[in-house]
Amino acid sequence: MTPALRLTALRLTDFRSWAQLDQGFSGRIVVIAGENGAGKTNLLEAISLLTPGRGLRSARPGDPARRTAEARAPAWGVVAGLEGPQGPVQIATGTTPEAPDRRAFRLDGTQVRTQAEVSAHVAAVWLTPQMDALFQENASGRRAFLDRLAWALEPHHAREVAAHDNAMAQRNRLLAEGRRDDRWLAALEDAMARHGVAATATRRSLIARLNALLAAGTLGAFPRARLGMVCAIAAALDAAPALAVEDKLRADLAANRPVDAAAGGARIGAHRADLTLAQADSGIPAEQSSTGERKALLVATVLGHAGLIAADRGFAPLLLLDEVAVHLDAGRRRALFEALAVLPAQSFLTGTDLDVFAPLAGAAEGFCASPGILAPAEGFPPPLAS
Amino acid sequence: MQEPGFPEAEARLCQGMAFPPPPHLPNDPIERLIALLGRLPGYGRRSARRAVLRMLTEPDRLMLPLADALTMAAEAVVPCAICGNLDSQSPCHICADERRDRHLICVVEGVADLWALERANAHRGTYHVLGGVLSALAGMGPEQLAIQPLVARIEAGGVEEVILALPATVDGAATGHYLSDRLRPMGVRVTGLAQGVPMGGALDVLDEGTLAAAWRARRDI
Repeated sequence: MTPALRLTALRLTDFRSWAQLDQGFSGRIVVIAGENGAGKTNLLEAISLLTPGRGLRSARPGDPARRTAEARAPAWGVVAGLEGPQGPVQIATGTTPEAPDRRAFRLDGTQVRTQAEVSAHVAAVWLTPQMDALFQENASGRRAFLDRLAWALEPHHAREVAAHDNAMAQRNRLLAEGRRDDRWLAALEDAMARHGVAATATRRSLIARLNALLAAGTLGAFPRARLGMVCAIAAALDAAPALAVEDKLRADLAANRPVDAAAGGARIGAHRADLTLAQADSGIPAEQSSTGERKALLVATVLGHAGLIAADRGFAPLLLLDEVAVHLDAGRRRALFEALAVLPAQSFLTGTDLDVFAPLAGAAEGFCASPGILAPAEGFPPPLAS
Repeated sequence: MQEPGFPEAEARLCQGMAFPPPPHLPNDPIERLIALLGRLPGYGRRSARRAVLRMLTEPDRLMLPLADALTMAAEAVVPCAICGNLDSQSPCHICADERRDRHLICVVEGVADLWALERANAHRGTYHVLGGVLSALAGMGPEQLAIQPLVARIEAGGVEEVILALPATVDGAATGHYLSDRLRPMGVRVTGLAQGVPMGGALDVLDEGTLAAAWRARRDI
């Protein structure tokens, strides 16, 4: 099946390490190999910035402007040609010398009014080596990861989380200042309960949908992952309707005021949720798994998430998999490549060593990156039928 | 050197505002005018400069009448002692209007909201301007808002319904919750504005939060 969304051309101007790049793509799987510092991740980041948000490096708008020892480029630009669900479309993004800290979007040459207009044409999900550390870090990183997954499917989720955190920050401030205005605290706890339960419900439904999709064997022989959430509110939602959970949370927050004041923060709430990930077949959790097994769990989650986006929007997002083969053994790599070949999504894979991608020869289009240059890789001609 | 008397005028201009007068202003009259105008909402330095230049081309027609109007407004306009509205009289013309329904009080964050509701011509009662919304992070507590005068108005009797027309933000909702908790035991009905589909609005362009709020607030027709 041909992916409904494909990147066919990419032009970079003063983007990170790339002074200039003009490249066409025709493969449904694109492999980019090159040494450290060749600009492979920069390429993926450029593609990730075709969607609203801060891209795979969480960059501020002015960050990607190319720097040299002497100077910094006054602006940067990414122009992409896409075959989209609504036909061919050109999406451009970047800054201008007049507004170096504002990222603008153009759709077929016309400035867009809202970034949501861009979302109708393009979506992307990514996996970077930085995300490998997710299960060694604290819960807030995992919660942010879960919220990004949820946000891609439910745009209002970001607002619910922000509203909850805002009310919580105000409650923390009142408690820290020793202001025991019960009415004011109750008003803020009401906001925490309403927005916290709404955000938890969205997280919970995302996890349920993702688990159902992964259990259905969408990824073939690739190891299956099972997601879970450690969260008192989610557990309460399993047993009671949302309004009852809100009432209970309100009451608990009110009762906890003295302990929360002493602890310097709320001990219960949506901000305490943690994401768990386990191997579906053995039940072994990610934190007890090997580095390679953990990587496989993350890959499965990201691919499954792409499947959910495809189901909701009618087209699969571009998959940006940075250094994805690292830590995966030959069997898992093969299973990954097989899964990518049947997923209705175009994927971009990077790696330091082209040999790793040898099983993809004939199926993938390959490039070798070196600073400032992207050249076709030997043995990886653009496939005739993509 | 600043002109004598100017700091006093500054202090008067800033009276009742949350910020103190700035430490100094430029001495040149044109620059001072640009700096003063540039502090107003909607005006940056650039638009202030354009406005000043335009005025200077026709001082008699554009500038002196404006100066008179400013002086007159600064001297005449006072906050209404009852509701907090800005008017040339206190009580303001709304509070003084015999035809207004005194059983209904509409609570708003600021005078701009009061004016917006008056333009909509939807409310036949009186108003109460809070002067902000609760925000622990911005240092706005119940004591900083005109809540006590509102309570006093209700205690004085005759009020049946308090309509909370507050912004649909976390702070607006918290303020609404606070007021409802405070006022309901006084035996008044406390209501809030509906949230949902705007007039002439298509559903497909509406953001999800608003659409969900409209969904929850659906009613029989």
